[in-house]
Amino acid sequence: MSLLEIENVTLRFGGLVAVDNVSLKVNEGEVFALVGPNGAGKSTIFNLISRFYDPAEGSIRFEGNDLLKSNADQVPSFSIARTFQNIELFEQATVLQNLLVGRHRHRQTGMFSNIIFSPKTYREELCHRAAVEEVIEFLNLQPYRDKMIGGLPYGVRKVVELGRALASEPKLLLLDEPASGLSVEETQDMAFWIEDIQTQMGISILMVEHDMGLVSAVSGRVMALSDGKELATGTPAEVQSHPAVIEAYLGTGDISKTGTSRA
Amino acid sequence: MQFVFKTSYDADISLFKHGAQAVWYGLLLLLVLSTPLYFVAIDDAYLLGEITGILILAIAGMGLMLLTGHTGLPSLGHATFMALGCYLNINLLSEGVPWIVAFPLSGLMAGVLGTMIALPVLRLHGVYLALATLAMSMLTSDFVVIAEPWTGGIAGAVVPDINIFGMEINRYSTPYKFYYLVLLVTILLVWFYRNLLRSPTGRSFTAIRDSEISARAMGINLMRTKAMSFFLSATAAGLSGALFGHSAGYVTNETFDLVMSITLLLMIVIGGLGFIHGAFFGAVVVGIIPVAIANGRTFLATTFDVNINVPGLESALFAFILICFILFEPMGLYGRWLKIRTYFELFPFYRKDMFKRQKSYLKTDRLQ
Ligand SMILES: Nc1ncnc2c1ncn2[C@@H]1O[C@H](COP(=O)(O)OP(=O)(O)OP(=O)(O)O)[C@@H](O)[C@H]1O
Ligand SMILES: [Mg+2]
Repeated sequence: MSLLEIENVTLRFGGLVAVDNVSLKVNEGEVFALVGPNGAGKSTIFNLISRFYDPAEGSIRFEGNDLLKSNADQVPSFSIARTFQNIELFEQATVLQNLLVGRHRHRQTGMFSNIIFSPKTYREELCHRAAVEEVIEFLNLQPYRDKMIGGLPYGVRKVVELGRALASEPKLLLLDEPASGLSVEETQDMAFWIEDIQTQMGISILMVEHDMGLVSAVSGRVMALSDGKELATGTPAEVQSHPAVIEAYLGTGDISKTGTSRA
Repeated sequence: MQFVFKTSYDADISLFKHGAQAVWYGLLLLLVLSTPLYFVAIDDAYLLGEITGILILAIAGMGLMLLTGHTGLPSLGHATFMALGCYLNINLLSEGVPWIVAFPLSGLMAGVLGTMIALPVLRLHGVYLALATLAMSMLTSDFVVIAEPWTGGIAGAVVPDINIFGMEINRYSTPYKFYYLVLLVTILLVWFYRNLLRSPTGRSFTAIRDSEISARAMGINLMRTKAMSFFLSATAAGLSGALFGHSAGYVTNETFDLVMSITLLLMIVIGGLGFIHGAFFGAVVVGIIPVAIANGRTFLATTFDVNINVPGLESALFAFILICFILFEPMGLYGRWLKIRTYFELFPFYRKDMFKRQKSYLKTDRLQ
């Protein structure tokens, strides 16, 4: 069964049709990539899944449940986690604290219990720390554990954001340009992590990425978008050689070389 | 440099980061506990009253710090919640409710009422929220006048003495008892505050402060969490207001005015936004400046025979100090202290940009 089903979704910003009748399915255990030129509507699809925007038409279902009935802050409870294209970390907090916020959906204690730091709160904290510590281990974040985000280099922040999403123990991970702005080595690491997340943790991934090298390396299926419309869906090789895709990239250069900017 | 060895997660969760920190706070506790001994020795409790006043201010400061420094919501109306707490306390006491019940109850009721008042404006951001709370503060004095049967209106209300199981406490006749009582409330609230910050609730507050959009994406309900922060904040302000009443002995419609609201906000900015310490550092500055100016004036008059009688000098000096802080020390006094400490800890490796941080307070919502 497919995990995420988006059917005929359309979203307009005023006169601009940012997402135009798009349908896609992400199956359990797969890495699905969205590619396309700048402004194609890729991030907007993520924001639709996150419920930041209401689609004008169409449906979004997760494991058979209607996502459109929920608010943005209820989406994580479906076991969906995400990262942002322009890194949205909690700047005045440490790496550890950022990852712990990722655990928010597993929260069991309320405000009053927290204020007196009841034994239940204490036990809960121990659980969260144990889970977060595994993520820190997995992503090699030990050296940055107690560092403030504000002072971290760009590449590390990107990893912390991935970690924060992982800390919530999702079934589906939405990664918006995980490798943008990363060096070649950092991109390599990211590719390994994505593979491990898929194969060892069994987490499905929907990813937006411009780096076709990375897309080809990790994803099973790819959808190419342009101006909000689907151009082609298939294996990375099929999509890259699809005439409509090649045409969409005309003028922006070869598909594999686009979008290395940080946007 | 102090190394923190992580032997277990307890090290992260416990109140103090390491043994040395616990020792320092232990010494501080000893100091504040033994302070009255000095005033007993000199047989003059006037300054102890001032110190008590600073603690009362710091309690309201902690409330505002939680809201503004930790949740990122500015308020220019916290004197209103102090007024709520103060008048609720007076009325409960005059209804014969024992202080031990009336005091916490007035704080909690101020919290609930404050949250109800604030709910409609909690959707607002940055400067708009500041303006809405400012308007609330401007109306407070009028409401106190309108609610004359409960507040005494312009004529004012006398605040009954504290009576705990037969023990009478009054600022003037038993200044030491009053000091210890306020100290106890302060320590309790600091402990609550620390607990909050090391638990999920506190983290959801700071998450909202730093990025509303990703807080929401992590499953944090913005309105509910902001309301929680407002409730706790207004409760602390209410408790402070009740104690302020006992300390003043007599309150009128002008006691909890706009200037007080603004002073509270200035206080936490001067002290250092985003740190519990900031509330105390700020309260000390706010408490000391008037005393220092008065002393300076007497000193000039007695030694040089110079009489300075410029009206509004205190406010002007205060405003000047604040502007200097915002210009030169945006992290406040506590930020300065952190820098000095880090400088010595890391000597000679200190880098100048170590404390650079992005301006993120009062940031308006941004979506992609
Ligand atoms: N909040 C918004 N209001 C109005 N228009 C928007 C908004 N968000 C996105 N758009 C527009 O919708 C279109 C799709 O934007 P989107 O961010 O989804 O592109 P993208 O495919 O993620 O591009 P990139 O590769 O640059 O990240 C763009 O034309 C963009 O200008
Ligand atoms: Mg995008």
